[in-house]
Amino acid sequence: MSRYFTEEHEWIDVEGEIATVGITDYAQEQLGDIVFVELPVEGATFDKGDDAAVVESVKAASDVYAPISGEVVEANAALEDEPALVNSDAEEDGWFFKLRVTDASELEGLMNEAAYKKFVAAL
Amino acid sequence: MSGNDDIATLAEELPLEALPLDAWHRARGARMVGFAGYHMPIQYEGIMAEHAWTREHAGLFDVSHMGQLSFSGDGVDDALEHLLPSDIKGLKPFRQRYSMLLDQEGGILDDLMVSRLGDDAFDGAAIYMVVNGATKYDDIGWMIEHLPDAVVMNHMADQALLALQGPEAGEALATLIPETADLLFMQSGPFTWRGVQLWISRSGYTGEDGFEISIPADDVTLLADALCALPQVKPIGLGARDSLRLEAGLPLYGHDLSPAVSTIAADLGFAIQKRRREEGGFIGHARVLKELADGPGAKRVGLKIEGRLPAREGATIHVGAAQVGEVTSGGFAPSVGAPIAMGWVSLPHSAVGTALEIEVRGKRIAAVVAPMPFVPHRYRRKV
Repeated sequence: MSRYFTEEHEWIDVEGEIATVGITDYAQEQLGDIVFVELPVEGATFDKGDDAAVVESVKAASDVYAPISGEVVEANAALEDEPALVNSDAEEDGWFFKLRVTDASELEGLMNEAAYKKFVAAL
Repeated sequence: MSGNDDIATLAEELPLEALPLDAWHRARGARMVGFAGYHMPIQYEGIMAEHAWTREHAGLFDVSHMGQLSFSGDGVDDALEHLLPSDIKGLKPFRQRYSMLLDQEGGILDDLMVSRLGDDAFDGAAIYMVVNGATKYDDIGWMIEHLPDAVVMNHMADQALLALQGPEAGEALATLIPETADLLFMQSGPFTWRGVQLWISRSGYTGEDGFEISIPADDVTLLADALCALPQVKPIGLGARDSLRLEAGLPLYGHDLSPAVSTIAADLGFAIQKRRREEGGFIGHARVLKELADGPGAKRVGLKIEGRLPAREGATIHVGAAQVGEVTSGGFAPSVGAPIAMGWVSLPHSAVGTALEIEVRGKRIAAVVAPMPFVPHRYRRKV
């Protein structure tokens, strides 16, 4: 399994043709207490860069983009009851949705963990 | 990720000024954002935790960005009664009142606190006023234009302002300054702490008991340290200040109030005492008189929202196909445990209990007009 990162502070785990997407620990830390996550429905299709989810913190709503194109195969139902899971475990249990990847070449150019750490350190 | 107020856009375009406590906030781990022209702490440990701490104990807020003004000179009461719709002549020494600046059309230019000084506080000035930070320079310009030459207005830019808020604020402040225990809600007075002259009022912006403390900027770090050394007190950021005031039903200028909103539409008629309504003689009186007689077109109301999705500023409010209002402040209310909002709604739909719908990202969510405050006020009105 490989993990990729975007400049929009999302992480993507790719296993076969399925990509699991979430926001990074840095992102949840910046957003603060998360009170609601609006997730896409199963079967929704996205092009890379489309609005895919919305994360609401106490102070603001922020869009989460589809980091790659694909079809939603699952949304994380646990976030409906416990949106704070994104704060407590952003990069594991606080995942947002899983996509069936339509174009794996879009992963090229995304950052690996070391590059993302460097990117965040420079912010 | 992106949004109106997210990581990428929190940076401000204009050069921001530093508050007297800037280094103090940073040393306590505050996340600083641009607000009203200053670097200000939006949070320390997190908005929810800070909100809860203030409701249970005492929170210290740095509100030094706000404008502190004093007024003196012959005819100061008459001059201020021309500028403000509130009863200034009947304001006794050491008493404070909520008021606002109105434009010629009766639109709200700012909301403010006005008090009558005494005991030679602030160099013997007659009146002390605290106005919003984002509007202070516009307010000053407006007042210079409308005050007679005999009245001197002094912008006390070298005074810092702290707010200590919460059910334990009284006992906390009394350990440093025992005499403050005698103050009641909306009373104020001069106090001395370690030789420093303070002006303290029992008031605030959270719905809780608490104080606002004016202190020379040079001495404010010492006082902030002394207060936060007390077990009841933690520093609280702007984020929790906003969620606390929303739960308390208190409007925020620039969001719930603006020149497009009149006093009566904002449901702030209590700030205009009977004599002023009848006699008038203040800028904007015609609008107030007309809306008191005919009712305003729309009213500021509280909204309880079903479900967990917050409705934010700018979301439109509907009854069936018709738009009947707009949300002006909204978010998750930590002490309520649900999203709440404030907004304007056309008069026929503004009664408490009216079912409405709010559009959030193309979806309609159910809301109902709710009485404010959402969380009961706990002011100290008598001993």
